[in-house]
Amino acid sequence: MDNLLAARIQMGFTLGFHMLFAAFGVGFPLLMLVAEGVALRGGPAHYLTLAKTWGKANALLFAVGAVSGTALAFELGLLWPGFMLFSGSTIGAGFATEAFAFFLEAIFIGLYLYGWNRLTRLGHWLAGLPIVIGGIASAALVVSVDAWMQHPVGAATLLRAPAAAAPFAMLFGNPHWLVMALHATIACFAATGFTLETVYAYGMLRGRRDEVHRAGLKIAMVLATGAAILMPLTGDMSGKAVAAFQPTKLAAMESQFRTETAAPLRIGGLPDPKARTVRYALEIPGGLSWLAYGRSSAKVQGLDQVATVDWPDVPVTHVSFQLMVGAGTLMVLIALYYWWNMRHRGRGLTRSLLRTLVAGGPLAFLALETGWVVTEVGRQPWVVYGVQRTADAVTPVHDLLGYLTLYALLYLLLGTTVLWLLRRVERDAPALEEAA
Amino acid sequence: MTPWAPWPDVAWLVAVAAMTAYMLLGGADFGGGVWDLFATGQDAASQRRAIARAMGPVWEANHVWLIFLLILLFTGFPLAFHRLVIGLYLPLNLVLLGIILRGAAFVFRAHGRRGVGQQSTWGRIFGAASSLTVVLLGAALAAVSSGGDFMVAWRSYLSPFAILTGLFALAAAAYLAATYLTFEAQGSLRETFRRRALLAAEAAGLAALLDLGLMSFEAPRLFIRLVAPDILGLVLLVALLGVGSYVSLRHRHDGLGRFLAASALSVMLWSWAAAQWPYIIYPGFTVYGSAAPALALRQVLTLVPFGLLLLVPSLWLLLHVFKGRLPIDAEAGRRPNPAR
Repeated sequence: MDNLLAARIQMGFTLGFHMLFAAFGVGFPLLMLVAEGVALRGGPAHYLTLAKTWGKANALLFAVGAVSGTALAFELGLLWPGFMLFSGSTIGAGFATEAFAFFLEAIFIGLYLYGWNRLTRLGHWLAGLPIVIGGIASAALVVSVDAWMQHPVGAATLLRAPAAAAPFAMLFGNPHWLVMALHATIACFAATGFTLETVYAYGMLRGRRDEVHRAGLKIAMVLATGAAILMPLTGDMSGKAVAAFQPTKLAAMESQFRTETAAPLRIGGLPDPKARTVRYALEIPGGLSWLAYGRSSAKVQGLDQVATVDWPDVPVTHVSFQLMVGAGTLMVLIALYYWWNMRHRGRGLTRSLLRTLVAGGPLAFLALETGWVVTEVGRQPWVVYGVQRTADAVTPVHDLLGYLTLYALLYLLLGTTVLWLLRRVERDAPALEEAA
Repeated sequence: MTPWAPWPDVAWLVAVAAMTAYMLLGGADFGGGVWDLFATGQDAASQRRAIARAMGPVWEANHVWLIFLLILLFTGFPLAFHRLVIGLYLPLNLVLLGIILRGAAFVFRAHGRRGVGQQSTWGRIFGAASSLTVVLLGAALAAVSSGGDFMVAWRSYLSPFAILTGLFALAAAAYLAATYLTFEAQGSLRETFRRRALLAAEAAGLAALLDLGLMSFEAPRLFIRLVAPDILGLVLLVALLGVGSYVSLRHRHDGLGRFLAASALSVMLWSWAAAQWPYIIYPGFTVYGSAAPALALRQVLTLVPFGLLLLVPSLWLLLHVFKGRLPIDAEAGRRPNPAR
């Protein structure tokens, strides 16, 4: 295995792993705060039970997210020294703002999780607010770095006259940033909401139909539904931004091998880059042109406009994109099914609804991870789109395979242990009578 | 247009400040791991619980200083950072593995069935990973100071000087942790930690003296600068503060001992920075020679005061709520529960 592939795999699974925890870091605090807020305003006691159980799970997730995030800070340099040498002074501004937000989050998470007996009830609830704000802010701010790698505003200046490169304008004046930040942050809320409803729906299927489970499911579904409905909207904005800034990526997402007017939207299918065709796809005439540019007759740039060496991996990008859209659509349908069932007398939490709800969490994480794969694999072979190749960024150090193996084993151990401990948190959650 | 200011100097000062914060706060957490590993005697379980209680609410925040330092290095001094991550590939990877393992093990143990008190697998991993990581961090600092050839990097971080510096860092971290714990604990536990603190202080003092001796052979430039008239005063101040903290602890002035110990190590780090000046990595990379352009530096550094405006009151609140004297180990036998 060559160095580049080993480095990409290591970066890929450590980032993919971190993202699961980062998503909870954004979404979970809001749920905790809502539950505690209901209890604070005189709501039923089981809301406090919920807040405490979620706090315990969140303590575990946040800690693992903090260390897996540290891993990324190291790996950026260790695996991609060429990238950091070129862009470190620019993207540092994004990481520095994120670090402040994350610092705030870490301080208040300490206060919140350990402060149940040391703060007043209102003080404790207030200590949760900076966690929510810090979590959202750190996610949105760190995405500025990714957005810059996709659409490197000011990269020409950085190449020719680095002294004139102004990091803030380059990162936060980037039109791609807000779109990506919005889409990514809402995806975190979707992942949290759907995962929790899965946990509670699964518990109910196994006979635990107590107040805690009902309340947990309800709060989670409110968040999940809101996020699921916003995702297609922000997704559409993201798609249009990709069409404008990264036409090659859009072509890979939709397997648009030829440049054509009235390009069709391909749903599903398996692209064959050698033959430059897509098999088994359902084609909607003019669909892609309309989605990307608002006119069904618009011209869409195909992969034929760039040399084959500059193509991203088309099958991976295309299939990931299809999976993301498919999962997102199912998530909307699941949410609608839930509310429709709840509004109709005599239906409510039927077994078939609960069984459907169990699928929500896995689908949300599938959408989150595949969406990220589309963004990053679709950017290849560039690390900074159109400016620096990933192959030129990788470390010259040899034998990365050994390190890759070591990290893979470690992350496997961490992942399994977290899952096992989370199961215990859920199982040991006090039932209603204990909490009262 | 850009108002003139020595931005590289400012960036380096901020980096040294972040290093100081990480040493005083994060360093003590590493030291906590050391004492967790070596918890012995009848009150071993209480020792471990006291360490976990002291670290629990703060270790994640303490850890962010290291991330700040990394960001400052690659933003402010991309050339030196580039050299570091290639030359110190192996030790930095080990540091990272250690940081991941100790953080994860700490929280896994707290959520585990056996809890914190009894020794457990995750507990051993937490202690061992903490100890090794702090040795490696010390060795890395020695490597950038000694002028070793980074292309054959293992020589620079496996030299006797680097290893001894790592061991000094281990003793210093253990000393800081035990000093803080002496202040925070109550009853007989306090005396246990006091004995540990004094032991670690003796080890750290001895290691520091030996290290100075080795330094004169293996990092002669650093040694010559340390004993030069403009810096020697700081070195003597370190000795004075160190002895002062030792004597204070002996005489049960725990608060003063804690303050003097933290001061001694801070001044020691600053005298290193002064002696190392103008180099980040000796001999190839100076602060000015490897700095990012002024505009980029200014933009990022402008963030710092605003960030601190947000962080300092928050940190004060965190330490104010949790860092008074701890209650006597009333929870003995009960499993500490982060959400209780």
